[in-house]
Amino acid sequence: MTKPSDFVQGTLDLLLLKILALEPLHGWAISQRLTAASGNVLQVSEGSLYPALHKLEVGGWVKADWKVTENNHRAKFYALTTSGRKALKEQTADWDRLSSAVSLVLRLREAKG
Amino acid sequence: MRIDRYLTTLLLGIRTLLLRKRVEQELQEELQFHLDQQIEQLIEKGLSHAEARRTAISAMGGLERQKERCREVRAGQWLDLVRADVIFGWRQLMKRRVTTAAAVLSLGLAIGGCMSAFRLIDALFLRSMPINHAERLYGVFRFGSGFSDGKPRLETSYEYPVFQQMRAAVKNEATLVAVSYASRVDVSFRSEQEMEKAEVQYVSGTMFGSFGLRPALGRLLAENDDLEPEAHPYAVLSYDYWVHRFGKDPTIVGRTLRMGERVFEVVGVGPKSFTGTEPGTATDIYLPTMMNPGVIHPDWGWIRILVMLKPEASAAAVQDQLGAVFETLQRERVKEFSGRPKQFLDRFLSWHVKLRRTRTGISSTQDDYRLPMTILSALVTLVLLVARTNVANLMSAQAAARAGEMALRFSLGAERGRLIRLVLAESAMLAVMAAGLGVLFSIWATPFVVNRIQSPSQSIRLALEPDWVVALFGISLTAGVALMFGLLPALRTSKLRPMGALKGIAEPLKRQRWTRGLIVAQAAFCFVVLFVAGLFVTTFEKLTKQPLGFSPDGILLVDASARKAQEPAVWDQTAEILRTVPGIVSVAQAQWGLLSGNTQNSFVAVSGEVRPELASMLSISPDWAATMKIPLIAGRAFRQTDAKSDSAVINETFARQYFGTENPVGQRFSMQGAAGDLEVVGVLGNARYQNVREGSRSLFYVPIHQPDGKGSLIPISNSTFVVRTSLGDPMTLSDVVRKTIAKERPELLITNVRAQQELIEAQTIRERLLATLAAFFAAVALLLAGIGLYGILSYAVWQREREFGIRIAVGAPVRNIARLVTTELLALIAAGTVMGVVLGLVSLRYVGSLLFGVKGSDPAMLLAPAAVLLAAALLAALPAVVRAARIEPAMMLRAE
Repeated sequence: MTKPSDFVQGTLDLLLLKILALEPLHGWAISQRLTAASGNVLQVSEGSLYPALHKLEVGGWVKADWKVTENNHRAKFYALTTSGRKALKEQTADWDRLSSAVSLVLRLREAKG
Repeated sequence: MRIDRYLTTLLLGIRTLLLRKRVEQELQEELQFHLDQQIEQLIEKGLSHAEARRTAISAMGGLERQKERCREVRAGQWLDLVRADVIFGWRQLMKRRVTTAAAVLSLGLAIGGCMSAFRLIDALFLRSMPINHAERLYGVFRFGSGFSDGKPRLETSYEYPVFQQMRAAVKNEATLVAVSYASRVDVSFRSEQEMEKAEVQYVSGTMFGSFGLRPALGRLLAENDDLEPEAHPYAVLSYDYWVHRFGKDPTIVGRTLRMGERVFEVVGVGPKSFTGTEPGTATDIYLPTMMNPGVIHPDWGWIRILVMLKPEASAAAVQDQLGAVFETLQRERVKEFSGRPKQFLDRFLSWHVKLRRTRTGISSTQDDYRLPMTILSALVTLVLLVARTNVANLMSAQAAARAGEMALRFSLGAERGRLIRLVLAESAMLAVMAAGLGVLFSIWATPFVVNRIQSPSQSIRLALEPDWVVALFGISLTAGVALMFGLLPALRTSKLRPMGALKGIAEPLKRQRWTRGLIVAQAAFCFVVLFVAGLFVTTFEKLTKQPLGFSPDGILLVDASARKAQEPAVWDQTAEILRTVPGIVSVAQAQWGLLSGNTQNSFVAVSGEVRPELASMLSISPDWAATMKIPLIAGRAFRQTDAKSDSAVINETFARQYFGTENPVGQRFSMQGAAGDLEVVGVLGNARYQNVREGSRSLFYVPIHQPDGKGSLIPISNSTFVVRTSLGDPMTLSDVVRKTIAKERPELLITNVRAQQELIEAQTIRERLLATLAAFFAAVALLLAGIGLYGILSYAVWQREREFGIRIAVGAPVRNIARLVTTELLALIAAGTVMGVVLGLVSLRYVGSLLFGVKGSDPAMLLAPAAVLLAAALLAALPAVVRAARIEPAMMLRAE
């Protein structure tokens, strides 16, 4: 079970970039999407979500636009920038390397144990 | 970090700074949206609204805390970014302290100069009056031909009855407001002996209301305070005056204020922000127009007319109606002018009115300083360009010198964008430091300049508090400057070829097209500044050294008025009493002091024929010419007995103009409209009458005491005692004179005491300011150009050290080396000077009207700055030449 505080630093950024790579979304939809997509395993507290989004925005990885939702509310939609796309590719590669390395190590332990 | 992301961060940071409110609101809205969605979802799950709300907010960890965290993240990101560059840039700048200091100092001075000039322009020409609907405020201007010279002219003065008719004609479309010219007069809040100067303005009762102004204390003037002449003795003080003069005394309302023989009751204090309708002058006391004796005079032009349009009204329609009223009145008035020359009548009828937007208000200070301020701004911009060129040269020389370092960084994998940013960050830091210095300089310099244009008769007060326009100007100036001198080296860095740079192949000066262009431009700008400064300094010299025709030293002018017109004997006795005061050499009387700005003109008829030229006149007492030390050319001065005969004294120009070569003494002439002839009894030397800039004008004098036709003399209510003292500063006698007259002749009231010298200085203030500032800018520009050339040459010599070493080794004489170093530079300076001459001659079109006694096309005025520029260039080249000549081939080749 993963609680928000257990998110590895940087992992949240990666997840957000990935979700936004599919389509531009507003904060609420991002949090819903994240929970649903991870099979309700990952629950991002709103406490971390917005600071993370703002960091990505000011850092130039995502850009924000005010648009109207299907329910006719004004909401701030986030979308990836070119830099964001590039960062997503790099970080995904990093993550794959890291996670496969971690799996390798773990499998090794199981084999011995 | 890539450049586009860098820019995003920077722009979002700037947005947060500028649109703080908007950014905050967006944050609130974004989080609120989230909360609303969550609450909705929770309610669907079966929670009550209150519960859902509580749960949602606590999930977020509190709305305010959440906002705070977002803000922190945003700010943190920004700071990280800026900090890295600032630290790096600072280190680079500190490595070369001398260059950095030189760059900051020169840029700072130039930016400070620009900011000061802009602050003055903003305060005088750009700032709206703090009134409601300033955009609907218009001024009624008059355009037409000058009566004396026929040149096109713009005037703002009107007679009060004209105003009344205009007001009635457009009362449905607009509120017309009459405001007198603010003037500095004697007022007293206690007794007559304790007079003080205050800036007084007569205004329509409707002014405060139509401007939407509210009193800070008591009440303001209203329409009912402005109905009948002399019937509304009420005064409103300005907020500033109330603070400075009365320390915000709340009991001021109800106090009385004395002006001449009239007493006013203070009814209130105006709003804090409003300083009157004349930019450059801050009104202290507002009085109703009806309290000015001018309201009943059809020929006293003493007011300006402001128009506050009603919301739906059209300015064009109002202008047409006002024009029609004005034209009808002109046609009526011209009937009174029968007997005047036709040329005069044509010029009189050429006048017509036009409305112009005047959100800033109208003042003569604006007119006086529009051109000088424009020229000073142009000069200061040129200085800024010279300084900027200098720093650009320094920076690019350094960029070239650092080509090796950059190439190394590049080879080690630094992104090109990162390198450009390093150079830009340095430029930005230089610019920010320079701007800091500039702000300090302008804080000191702006009030300094304002103080330089003060005169005892006109005190200039400007609202200099920085507003957002000034701030925006400063920021964009700094950013622009940073970009201008940072971009070239940055681009250079971006085009870097690492291989070449690492091998030490530097581009020679010759190939650096832009460096050469910069030198030419610098020389041209510098020349223009020197040239214009030379013109202004010469103008001031000529103006102050020209003969005035009289001796102003030690002269005190004492303006006096009587409550009730007094017999001439009373005035003569007063003069007699003054003569006994120690330190006073002689005392005379005149209608007014020379150069006080007053004039009285008249057409003159000789042998019954009215001449088209106007002559000026002045009433004087018999000993006036001797007191003023104006030489007698022919005939005699007035005698006491002349008062009852029809005698006149004329000046040389009058004699030449009206009597040609004939002996003027004994000739007769008449003033147009007067009954009898006047007989010329003497001729005086020419003396400046109204203005120190005027050429010699025809002037005639008549005795100050005139017969009333029944055997006695006409009583006098106003006169000026012209007092010659033996003191260096005649003003030290001012108090004694005031007290003596108050004690001996209480029926006379002293309204003003001034030194003659003051009046002269007041008329040359503009020229003095232009000369001082232009000379200062010229010195700065020359110094900067010198430093810049020195830097470029030193760098060029350093670059070509190897070549020079070889040349010296194979026996080239020092002379040749010197020529190699300087030839190209001198050619560039010469080219720049030629460009400068062209620019200078073009600038004459704008500067010309401010010059006196000097022609811009005078070869000497063009040669002098060229010579100075060349001398400065040679001086700047000297160290580099010496260094080139001293290269020891053996040492240098060993170093290789």
